[in-house]
Amino acid sequence: MESNAEQILELKSIYYAYHNMEGETRALIDISFAMKEGEFVAIVGPSGCGKSTLLSIISGLLQPEKGLIKINGKYLRESTTNIGYMLQHDQLFEWRTIYHNVILGLEIQHMLTTKTKAKAHELLDTYGLKQFENARPSELSGGMRQRAALVRTLVLEPDILLLDEPFSALDYQTRLRVGDDIGQIIKKEHKTAILVTHDLSEAISLADRVIILTPRPATIQQTLPLIFDLEKDTPLNRRNAPEFKNYFNLIWKEINGNE
Amino acid sequence: MNELSVEQKKFLHIQKRHRRVVGVSRVLILLSFLFVWEFTANTGIIDSFIFSCPSKIALCFWELTTDRTIFVHIGVTLYETIISFFLVIGISILAAIALWFSRKLSEILDPYMVVLNSLPKSALAPLLIVWLGANQTTIIVAGMSVAIFGSILSLYTSFSSVDPEKIKLIYTLQGTRLHAMTKVVLPSSLPAIINIMKVNIGLCLVGVIIGEFLAARNGLGYLIIYSSQVFRCAGILISLLSFIFLF
Ligand SMILES: Nc1ncnc2c1ncn2[C@@H]1O[C@H](COP(=O)(O)OP(=O)(O)OP(=O)(O)O)[C@@H](O)[C@H]1O
Ligand SMILES: [Mg+2]
Repeated sequence: MESNAEQILELKSIYYAYHNMEGETRALIDISFAMKEGEFVAIVGPSGCGKSTLLSIISGLLQPEKGLIKINGKYLRESTTNIGYMLQHDQLFEWRTIYHNVILGLEIQHMLTTKTKAKAHELLDTYGLKQFENARPSELSGGMRQRAALVRTLVLEPDILLLDEPFSALDYQTRLRVGDDIGQIIKKEHKTAILVTHDLSEAISLADRVIILTPRPATIQQTLPLIFDLEKDTPLNRRNAPEFKNYFNLIWKEINGNE
Repeated sequence: MNELSVEQKKFLHIQKRHRRVVGVSRVLILLSFLFVWEFTANTGIIDSFIFSCPSKIALCFWELTTDRTIFVHIGVTLYETIISFFLVIGISILAAIALWFSRKLSEILDPYMVVLNSLPKSALAPLLIVWLGANQTTIIVAGMSVAIFGSILSLYTSFSSVDPEKIKLIYTLQGTRLHAMTKVVLPSSLPAIINIMKVNIGLCLVGVIIGEFLAARNGLGYLIIYSSQVFRCAGILISLLSFIFLF
């Protein structure tokens, strides 16, 4: 398979294992997939199978033992493409206000200008956090914290977004709302995104494609394109569409069939 | 202000009385202690030569203040303590940062730090005098020696107990290890640093006094030694009181 110019991200047989004195934990085996620009992929799989590890490798935090990653046709190391990685927990710093948490990435990358600051304020406004700019993280609800963490990632204008169970800390209703919100925004801005989640309905309502991983060590069990025949393809409309239940059952069987 | 309910007023009244009782009792205890001390010394139940007595202490204090010597002694001790305190803080923060940056270095040095920290520092003071001479530098070094190793160890412990996920966040934002230090490790260790500073000011004072016992011409440690040599116990007690007021 030749690398395609349209492919923003390409993974070719990635292997990864954790090593420590007790032995090695094999986490990823032969993971290959590619993504087109603007595509939204959801990755589902049992707990502890290696989903977070996969995102860490794509973001360059961990080096794969074997295999290669290309971004926009370049090797990950040489790539200048901006990757935004939203971790499993919001990791907002209590000693900073929400605004100062949000501009942490700008600060680190020496990109604090009047323009980027204005952008940070604007994003906080669109996500309903304007009154909380000067609040401490502990004064915010779980959903607000999650949105603040998202703003911290988005303000760096990433071309590829990696989301590691961004909504897992939220209660069910907030989760639906924030999930749908964030999904819409990512779609609207035409961002390429990978969403790791436990929640099958979240994956089905947001993604263009679902990748199902096996239990650890993770391999790709199946890749399932999601096609909805809808006039307006929003997460909410998807949840009410007849295809939704079919996809849910399909993925459910895939995951639980091999136990 | 809105109207207070009867119950609230009653509650406030009880609280006020409670605080008054506590305050008065505290003063009473001190006064009766001084009175018993003075009384027993005067009637010869205890030997006022050995145990001194409040009136003698007051008299001695009066002498020391009128000729200003007590202020000189306090000033000297304070100066030496503060210098050694700031040196300890500065050096131990730098050392802990260096250890944090290099896991190898910290593992190599760990047993040495533990041994140096458990050394009886007061035994070090005579050695320091031999090495550095009987001067103020020695006293400042003696003050530092008591605090520095423990300070480095606890700072490093606090640095390395920072949540690794927070450091991972810095890396996801394309930060370096230096960013992890300045943006996460130092700010989140601030409470620990403040605690260590509180402990260290006391430790430095202890070290300085030990140094002054052995190698000084002034300072509160010197005053204690001098007074004990001339059997003026009041002088020692005044020095001790001065410590209490230093804090
Ligand atoms: N630093 C590490 N050292 C050793 N083993 C690790 C380390 N990090 C993760 N693992 C192991 O690797 C496996 C995959 O971890 P990973 O965090 O990628 O799972 P996950 O799919 O994200 O799980 P979850 O759904 O619970 O977030 C786990 O079984 C875990 O025990
Ligand atoms: Mg995970």
